[in-house]
Amino acid sequence: MYSTLLAFDWLFLIEKLVLIVGIISVSLGIAMYETWAERKVAAVMQDRRGPNRAGPFGLFQPLADGLKLFMKEEIIPNTSNKWLFVLGPCLAMLAAMMTSAVIPWGGKIDFFGREVNLQITDINIGILYIFAVVSMGIYGIMIGGWASNNKFSLMAALRGASQVISYELPMGLSLIALLLVTGSLKMSAIVGGQIDGVWNVVYQPLGFLIFLICAFAECNRTPFDLPEAENELNFGYHQEYSSMKLGFYLFAEYINMFISSAVMATLYFGGYDIPGVNDAQLTEKVGLNWMAFFQGAVLFGKIIAFILLFMWVRWTIPRFRYDQLMHLGWKRLVPLALLNMIITAAVILYQLKK
Amino acid sequence: MQALTSRAKPVERKPMTFVERLYLWNIFKGMMITLKHVFMKKPTINYPKETRPFSPVFRGLHVLNRDEEGRERCTACGLCAVACPAEAITMEAAERKNGEEHLYREEKYAARYEINMLRCIFCGLCEEACPKDAVYLSETFAPANYQRKGFIYGKPDLLIPHPKENPEEYKQALGNRANKQQQAN
Repeated sequence: MYSTLLAFDWLFLIEKLVLIVGIISVSLGIAMYETWAERKVAAVMQDRRGPNRAGPFGLFQPLADGLKLFMKEEIIPNTSNKWLFVLGPCLAMLAAMMTSAVIPWGGKIDFFGREVNLQITDINIGILYIFAVVSMGIYGIMIGGWASNNKFSLMAALRGASQVISYELPMGLSLIALLLVTGSLKMSAIVGGQIDGVWNVVYQPLGFLIFLICAFAECNRTPFDLPEAENELNFGYHQEYSSMKLGFYLFAEYINMFISSAVMATLYFGGYDIPGVNDAQLTEKVGLNWMAFFQGAVLFGKIIAFILLFMWVRWTIPRFRYDQLMHLGWKRLVPLALLNMIITAAVILYQLKK
Repeated sequence: MQALTSRAKPVERKPMTFVERLYLWNIFKGMMITLKHVFMKKPTINYPKETRPFSPVFRGLHVLNRDEEGRERCTACGLCAVACPAEAITMEAAERKNGEEHLYREEKYAARYEINMLRCIFCGLCEEACPKDAVYLSETFAPANYQRKGFIYGKPDLLIPHPKENPEEYKQALGNRANKQQQAN
């Protein structure tokens, strides 16, 4: 009997469960405080003060907002497809959460003699997994818009879908160039290649720029937040939603922002690499656990910098028109990404020949 | 066509340059502008905690004054009601009885004195008209109320606190007005 039990490493299961719970709660917490930060950033850029009533610096504002969302009346429209109507926000949330599984949050930690990897799964097609899950996120928008049985919601959902699909193309193409440089789809290998070396952004500045623009589009963030379009589609795909279902959509958007910041930091900015420090030497000096802590902190610093960039852009520039969006995506970014890919490939071939 | 004003500017219809069509540089310039605003001083006043300083001639809610011994100054002469352009003031006079000398300064006093704060335009003419310095406009303004009748202020609302019984509240109610009167004298 024992042999069958022992065949499975129960500690492994517990370790991964703890990691999953930890990462999910961290991303939820970050998403919560992103709403606060967004309002604070908006206020500061518009010479206002922003939320400052609830707690010091308004830090309890997200709690109050969450409570408000929970207390609101839960409305499911009569003519909606009820099952899909509930499924929409769930899918949006699920897709947003699942992406974090393959991101390496730090090096290894030594937990009472057991080496724990701070990455939930290190699958060898990490990037493809991220792409797959991100594309699933569009189902949340599509199903939500469809199930609302509302023309505006449906149009916004279609917009969202076509936008995300269009921008996935240049995103993927810019990534191919990156993968040519790193030579691996594995997230840990991509980070490993950058540790103590040169960050990928140096090799792929154009690729990073394209990736950044596409990340804005994928997250439905401001220059490209057309699915929300208050002014023409009067709230977009979540028009019929109220209470926590609306909250889920908004939360999913913020989690997406967090995850895409994490992905950008991992792919282009060295992941958990501490800049200007020889990691191996520092590990010997401070020990494995402290090293993992520092690495995690550095990664979060990078992520927060990206999140601030997202917000900064949002409160600076107006929304694109839909034809401009498509024009930028198909006629500018795709050729640019292709060019970037070809040049990268040519350079690598040239170096191989030498 | 002749321009209607000298300020009219012709609209620029030049095709965008390459840099402008790239957007990125202009977006960067815009972001620098918003960054500049991060470090600017915020004009916000945290209202309930801080208040904007009033003008020295600000005219707020009315106060019925007392003299140094705490006797009401008003003699119900009705000059304020006559002077009032909005007809916001009504009063009823009464004769001072024996033994009420510590309450009212003169032989006649206002038994009822009402100002309708919804009608009042806070012009301060009542203050100018009063021969006894009995009514003046303070530096507080009308608070909100749920009903219209809440805005008809009677004597209990208007009278200044007794200078001997609670001198602190009296001083507070006088506000800067006391300093101003001293300066005027």
